[in-house]
Amino acid sequence: MTTLEPILRKHPFFADLADDDLKLICSCAKNVRFNVGDVVAKEGQSADEFYLIREGRIAVAMPSPSGGRLKIDTLDAGEVAGWSWLFPPYVWHFDLIAVTPIRALSMDGLCLRGKCDDDPRLGYDLMKRFSRVMSERLSAARLQAIDLYGSKVSNLNPSPTT
Amino acid sequence: MINVDPMIPNPWRVANRWEETHDVFSLQLEPVEAKESPLFAPGQFNMLYAFGTGESAISISGDPNDKSGLLTHTIRRVGNVTAALSRLQKGDQIGLRGPFGNPWPMQDLRGRDLVFIAGGIGLAPLRPAIYHALSHRSDYGRIVVLAGAREPEDILFAAELDQWKALGGVESRLTVDRAEDGWTRSVGVVTKLIPKAEFDPANVAALICGPEIMMRYTRTELRKRGVTDDRIFVTMERNMKCAVAFCGHCQLGPEFVCKDGPVFRFDRIAFWFAQREV
Repeated sequence: MTTLEPILRKHPFFADLADDDLKLICSCAKNVRFNVGDVVAKEGQSADEFYLIREGRIAVAMPSPSGGRLKIDTLDAGEVAGWSWLFPPYVWHFDLIAVTPIRALSMDGLCLRGKCDDDPRLGYDLMKRFSRVMSERLSAARLQAIDLYGSKVSNLNPSPTT
Repeated sequence: MINVDPMIPNPWRVANRWEETHDVFSLQLEPVEAKESPLFAPGQFNMLYAFGTGESAISISGDPNDKSGLLTHTIRRVGNVTAALSRLQKGDQIGLRGPFGNPWPMQDLRGRDLVFIAGGIGLAPLRPAIYHALSHRSDYGRIVVLAGAREPEDILFAAELDQWKALGGVESRLTVDRAEDGWTRSVGVVTKLIPKAEFDPANVAALICGPEIMMRYTRTELRKRGVTDDRIFVTMERNMKCAVAFCGHCQLGPEFVCKDGPVFRFDRIAFWFAQREV
C-alpha cells in the first residue's frame, strides 16, 4: 500500500516533524482535489479537518457588505488552511474557496485530536506549529485592518497636507 | 532664461496627463524655456508648484533612459496641492524645481539580485529603478517586484507589472488587501509575498517604498530571510519645503530627508526609523 508519508514530509508545515510523529499522523491524512470555485469549507459548518495545500490557491472569504463574497486572504502551495478543528466548538469561521485547481492533503481533525490527547508531546508540537501560523496571520490581519494605503494615510511622495 | 537658484521654480508645461487609477494620475512635463530636461537618477524627486496653491515634493516615475525630454510624475490626490495638480490640462504651466535628493544606489548594487517591494503609490518612486535594472539586465541577478495595493482597482501600473513578469529572470507578484469574487491573484498584505519570492538572501538588495509601517514590517520579513540592514534601502517621506536642506522641515534626526535622502540605506537610519516622535 502506498503511504502518504513522503508527501507529508515534503510539505513545509511538517518538513521537520520527528519521524515517529510523522508516521503516527500519516494515518489521519488523505489526498484530496478541488476544482475552481469549489467550497472547500463553509462558515458555520463542522470543522473536521484542515488542509495542507500542495498545489493551487485557496481564498479565505466572508460575506461582503455589498452582498457578494469578500476575499480577505489567500493561501498557496506550502501553506496550511484551517485551525478550527483544534478548538471547540469545531466549526469553520470563514469560507474556504478554491481559486485554482487544488491538490491538498486533508488531515482528519478528530483523528489528530485523539492522537494528541494520547501523546501530549505530539499535541504540544502541533500546537506550536499552529500557533506560529496563527501569530503570523494575526499580524497580517492587523496590518490589513489599519488600511495601509487608505485615503487618510500619507502616500509616499506628496505629504498628507499637500 | 533658466534659473539656477534651486529655490526659484522654472516654468514647465503639461505635455500629457492621464489617470492611472481612481485617485492617482500622471503628468508628463516638458520645459518651457530650456531646450533639454535635466537628467535625473532613479529615486529623485521634483518640487512641483501649482500656481496659486502651493508646492509639493513629487517623485519622478518615468524612465531615466527616456530621451524624449519629458519628465513623468505619478501623483495621488491627497490634499490641496495635489488636487490642483490633478486639474491641470495639456498645455497648462506649472513651476518645477529639481531634481533633488539622493537616488537609489543602482551602480553599487551591480552583481546582486534585486527585490523591489512597493506598497500603494510607492511603486511610482521605484519604477525608474526597475526601468534602470531592466535596461541594464546583465548588471543584476534575479529581479523581483512585489507590489501591494488596497483593492484591485487601486493597483498602479498593472499592465507593466504583468509585462515585467513575462521577462526572463524577472518575477513580479501582486497582492491586494481585499478583493471581491473574480480576483484570482493573491490577497493579503505585501509582506506575505516575501517568503515566496525567489532570490538569494545572501546576495540580494531590497529597495522598499511604501508607508513607513509597511516598510517596518517588510524589513522584519526580509530579516527573517537573512537580508541584512546594509542591503535594505528605503525611501522616506517627510514634509519637504525647501528641498535643499536649508529649512529643516524634513529632518529625521540628524538627516535631511530632502538632501541626505529620500533614499537611505536602512542601517543609516535604523535608530531614527524606530523613534515614533521624529
